[in-house]
Amino acid sequence: MSTYDRSMALTGQPPVSLSKNQKLATLLGLGGLAIFLLAAFNLSFPNKGLWLTLSLASISIGTLWFAWDAYSNKKPGIKNDGVWFKSLVNRGFWGWILGIVLTSFYIILYFYPQYLGLVSGGENKGVIGLFDPLSRILSGNPASQWFVYGVLYTVAILAFGIKFLWKYRHNRYEKIRTLSVMFFQTSFAFLIPEFMARLNGDKLNLPYYDLKNMWPLNYYNFERYRVNALIDGGNIGMAMLLFGVVSIFVISPILTYKYGKRWYCSWVCGCGGLAETIGDPFRQLSNKSVKAWKFERWIVHSVVVFVTLTTTAVIYSYLGNDTSKYWLTKTTFLIGVAAILTLVFSWVMLFKRKQLQKDAQYGAIGFFIVVVGLIGLHFFSGDGDIFFIKAGTLRKNYSFLIGSVFSGVIGTGFYPILGNRVWCRFGCPMAAILGFQQKLFSKFRITTNGGQCISCGNCSTYCEMGIDVRAYAQKGENIVRSSCVGCGICAAVCPRGVLKLENGPLEGRINPTEVLLGNDVDLMEILNKK
Amino acid sequence: MEKIVIIGNGISGITAARHIRKLSNKSITIISAETDYFFSRTAIMYVYMGHMKFEHTQPYENWFWKKNRIDLVKGYVSNIHHKEKKVLLDNNKEIAYDKLIIATGSKPNKFGWPGQDLDGVQGLYSKQDLDALEKHAPNKDICKRAVIVGGGLIGIEMAEMLRSRNIPVTFLVREDSFWNGVLPNGESQMLNEHIREHHIDLKLKTNLAEIRSDENGRAKAVVTDSGETIACDVVGLTAGVSPNINFLKESGIELGRGVKVNRYLETNIKDIYAIGDCAEQHESIGNRRPIEAVWYTGRMMGETIAQTVCGNKIEYKPGHWFNSAKFLDIEYQTYGWVFSERGMKEYEGHFHWRHSSEKLCITVAYHKETKQFLGINTFGIRMRHQLFDKWLTEEKNIDQVMESLKDANFDPEFYAQYEQEILSKYNSDFSKTIKPKKKSLKHIFA
Repeated sequence: MSTYDRSMALTGQPPVSLSKNQKLATLLGLGGLAIFLLAAFNLSFPNKGLWLTLSLASISIGTLWFAWDAYSNKKPGIKNDGVWFKSLVNRGFWGWILGIVLTSFYIILYFYPQYLGLVSGGENKGVIGLFDPLSRILSGNPASQWFVYGVLYTVAILAFGIKFLWKYRHNRYEKIRTLSVMFFQTSFAFLIPEFMARLNGDKLNLPYYDLKNMWPLNYYNFERYRVNALIDGGNIGMAMLLFGVVSIFVISPILTYKYGKRWYCSWVCGCGGLAETIGDPFRQLSNKSVKAWKFERWIVHSVVVFVTLTTTAVIYSYLGNDTSKYWLTKTTFLIGVAAILTLVFSWVMLFKRKQLQKDAQYGAIGFFIVVVGLIGLHFFSGDGDIFFIKAGTLRKNYSFLIGSVFSGVIGTGFYPILGNRVWCRFGCPMAAILGFQQKLFSKFRITTNGGQCISCGNCSTYCEMGIDVRAYAQKGENIVRSSCVGCGICAAVCPRGVLKLENGPLEGRINPTEVLLGNDVDLMEILNKK
Repeated sequence: MEKIVIIGNGISGITAARHIRKLSNKSITIISAETDYFFSRTAIMYVYMGHMKFEHTQPYENWFWKKNRIDLVKGYVSNIHHKEKKVLLDNNKEIAYDKLIIATGSKPNKFGWPGQDLDGVQGLYSKQDLDALEKHAPNKDICKRAVIVGGGLIGIEMAEMLRSRNIPVTFLVREDSFWNGVLPNGESQMLNEHIREHHIDLKLKTNLAEIRSDENGRAKAVVTDSGETIACDVVGLTAGVSPNINFLKESGIELGRGVKVNRYLETNIKDIYAIGDCAEQHESIGNRRPIEAVWYTGRMMGETIAQTVCGNKIEYKPGHWFNSAKFLDIEYQTYGWVFSERGMKEYEGHFHWRHSSEKLCITVAYHKETKQFLGINTFGIRMRHQLFDKWLTEEKNIDQVMESLKDANFDPEFYAQYEQEILSKYNSDFSKTIKPKKKSLKHIFA
């Protein structure tokens, strides 16, 4: 197999090298990136607008050209030929190179934006300078490293989204879902906040707000400066603040109940959008072992606890003590948080305990005791920093460890090494909360079609969340897993039509069986009704 | 502690072992010469095609066996001494048993063709076959053409595999249309078209006469019964499989084509059982064949034998027939019995619908007098097993099935629905005025 090892093809054909068209397309795309590289080394481009357009156009056209050459002459159907022969997507040489490049990019982006040309209080240089004209057209302001990132992010989702649409053109679920993430990225995440910035002036100073990006994914949503800005922002601001609260406590539980967490994770979310488009060629790299699953449960729920503590501490830190000034004081807020946590915890332990793994039960008890204990301790130890650490420190650590390192550097930088959903699976607190609802309180499941499973393993291999789908399917058991983002690829790659994502009645949703359909009914009864 | 020995680590043997472990504390030993660990035979095509690595075909992680106290022995069983209750391995090692389960599966058929044992001639069944194909047909430069002999499920899979590496494929099929001993004509015709649109050189009504050798004993060409010589580097023999039981010839166990078993899966010798592809029923069960080389029947026999071995003696009673396959891009499922024109019962009537442009079709079989629904073949439309199983048990008539067809749809969400179109064709074919029932979750999940 080593003959294929250096192939850079992303699309599923085992010939040793890329086709002529694919080579030219790759060259064009890399050419677009080279313009950025030159800009980064402060080569001064005379007409920034033109060069930026040229660069983005060559990246997009390169991607589309490549995809067109790869898929247009093929019949609609699964396009996974040769995936494991390609060094870019089988953790081979090119995969590691790409991983290192991406990781370095994220480190520079988050921690050393000056190398991208960011100049605070002056004219931007380098790559960021190149983006200034576009930023001025949209928001009227000069670009920042986040604007550059936003543009590239959106271009990636759009260009690779079209590639994905081609690849899965036989599958309407995949097509509609992908159009949805492309839409939400372009409008909600990119254009609307840019345009909203135009509203800002002397009277109004709304923060940058991607409305679909809700707490806790958007961990800074309820920080003082944002809340103040929103409150000062009149009706629009208040509506946005309210929407932020309602979206996590009302909208998301309702939608998750009806459709599972997929409505967010693979239809709306920006991280999900990137993972499903440019990340799609790496989905098979997720770890399917039981060990990884166990690790996932501990780490992702620890992040939930971390973000809850942080947000509680941050909000607490800026609330007052005087009820006459504002109804929400430090004390009422803390009692409120403790009450909500207790309510959720008791409900789960009373009614849903059976649906949790043993270690999940212990974990839930442990986390609950820690959080409520800390709040209790705080009450009895008088006024001071909640949770014994300054809210600011807690927040800074969260922002660094989770917000930057985990979600960016590891989450996306490691696509070619750990798969495209590392962040969503191991780190995203939003995914954990939605997953918790999906597991315990949702109509969503992946139905297994009787006894048709042949245990081939395509479903497990291509599950980006590392779920061993086959383990359920071959037992005739529905897949009800908190981590499932409902991307639908398991059902798409199944060669026997065994899996179907659907929303059905709660009764019979979880159906562990000993024996599959196909045997005489007596044997099934002996084994299943024991 | 009672000692159970299982020969063969395929789906039958492994299922038996797993269920025996669930039911008891007995000692379990599995002997295989093929691989160290259980893998899914149905998936080897995807390894060659690069969809999966071989390790992905293993449904259980390697620690699973030790944890469940299932001993794995790698070795080839050369004989069984049932009087001493011993299994003899070809390295002369002996393994004693209290109960023995034979689950050795199949081997590809060879019909005495000249040249059938040359280098580069192979079936597609085992891990060794997969390795051989990787060796002989790594790419289109080393394998300039492959010829596949035998138009069944394995043949078309092998063609798909080779095409995934752009290797030209000639596909020799004895029948005048692909797999029409099993499929009704309309379906078989559609598959002919699909095979050809994948640039596979399908030669119908063509038999293999001889495989020619080069000076090194390697296949270099195939000669057909029409006298045509086709130069090639690999020959795939995919004309069905037969039980892999040669090693039992001297054992005293009653053999036919397979190991003869009764409905309890017992052989003529006490405490020796046979399950899966290698077992041959004394009498066919319903319309089923005495030997069924199907993934899920192997699994079901494993589930059944585990009960018997653990003291709850029960008959092997497979339920309604079902099966599935994939022909290149077209998925196929079947529930109940739909026979081809060649195998059709005299009471059997067919309703056939095919989409005007897409590669989609269904055939519904019914009883001409009673109108009872007998079975359905579906291509390109996924259907719900549970529901058809229920309808077959309840002996629904064809009208009832046609009006509720929406409930049975198992395609992913947002897929185009064809039930309306199917029903109109049904109404016009049979001069009926049946109206579709609304889709009902209640019926589906009841």
